[in-house]
Amino acid sequence: MNLILQCAVLFCFLAIGELVVWLTGIPIPSSIIGMVLLAASLECGIVKLSQVETFANFLTRNLGFFFVPAGVGVIRCMGLISTQWLPIIIATVLSTFIIIAVTGWTHQWSRHITKHFHRND
Amino acid sequence: MIEFLRNPYFLIALTFVIYLSACQLRRQFGLSLMNPILISVILLVAFLYSADIEYETYYESGKFIEFWLKPAVVALGVPLYGQLSSIRKQLIPLLMAELAGCIAGLVSVVAIAELFGATKEVIISLAPKAVTTPIAMEISSALGGNPSLTAAVVVCVGIFGGMAGFSMVRLSRIKSSMAGGLSIGTASHAVGTAAAIERGGERYGAFSSLGLTLNGLFTALLAPVILPLLGY
Repeated sequence: MNLILQCAVLFCFLAIGELVVWLTGIPIPSSIIGMVLLAASLECGIVKLSQVETFANFLTRNLGFFFVPAGVGVIRCMGLISTQWLPIIIATVLSTFIIIAVTGWTHQWSRHITKHFHRND
Repeated sequence: MIEFLRNPYFLIALTFVIYLSACQLRRQFGLSLMNPILISVILLVAFLYSADIEYETYYESGKFIEFWLKPAVVALGVPLYGQLSSIRKQLIPLLMAELAGCIAGLVSVVAIAELFGATKEVIISLAPKAVTTPIAMEISSALGGNPSLTAAVVVCVGIFGGMAGFSMVRLSRIKSSMAGGLSIGTASHAVGTAAAIERGGERYGAFSSLGLTLNGLFTALLAPVILPLLGY
């Protein structure tokens, strides 16, 4: 369990993600590209689970902490929030509920359909 | 003495201590309403106000904490890898669910905000609220929103999804843990996912990180197309 090695693996994938964005200009964040490439490399055996697991678990378990400074940024838009808090809150809460319901239903329903197809094969 | 409160290392230490105490508080009282991120943000904002420190000064320290957000998102590749085999088995349902969730989210938040009289700047800032901060802020500024407002709303959505996501899943009668995890990740990104791992376990968390990945991709690709169609 070499933590520097684990750190190196994560930052290499982040750097590859940055490189992909820099080369292609696609509007997808480098971290998302790095995440997908890391999962793919683990699957292909290029990276072993033991080479990232400890540090990766530390980061994902404490993800919330890294959001705190962005949250404090709310201080900069108090003006907008104080005049438009009602639409902001209602739209955010309702839309979050809608996303959960629509995503979950579509997933259950389309799995039901595809299972049905396989059974008829 | 008051000048020392602006010391960058003091501000970093303060952020750690406040967050740790907030975690401790929740462990002791076990209330999911007492989200450590929410409590930390409230306490830090109160501190900056009372010590008369502007956000830019705090951010000089805060950016070193925020810096770890990107490697942490890369690290979500590990739980994602753990579920690859079940993902491969249901690729089409997953893509359909994500596409539906992404479009429903963008359209609903814009329509509801418009109905309640939000201005154009606020509506654009709210549009990418379901995805993780770095993506959401980029989309917001590219389309003419206010990235600070987006970041604040994104954090609130995550906290809200972490607190109420499970009840919402139950309310909408979603039974499979795969669909539940997927929904929470789609609606409330990494903060919701952290709660999903904590309360639902590995499998729930893996589908949740899948939801946040796919919705991040879809929103980055679709928001620049859908918002103009809605008139923004």
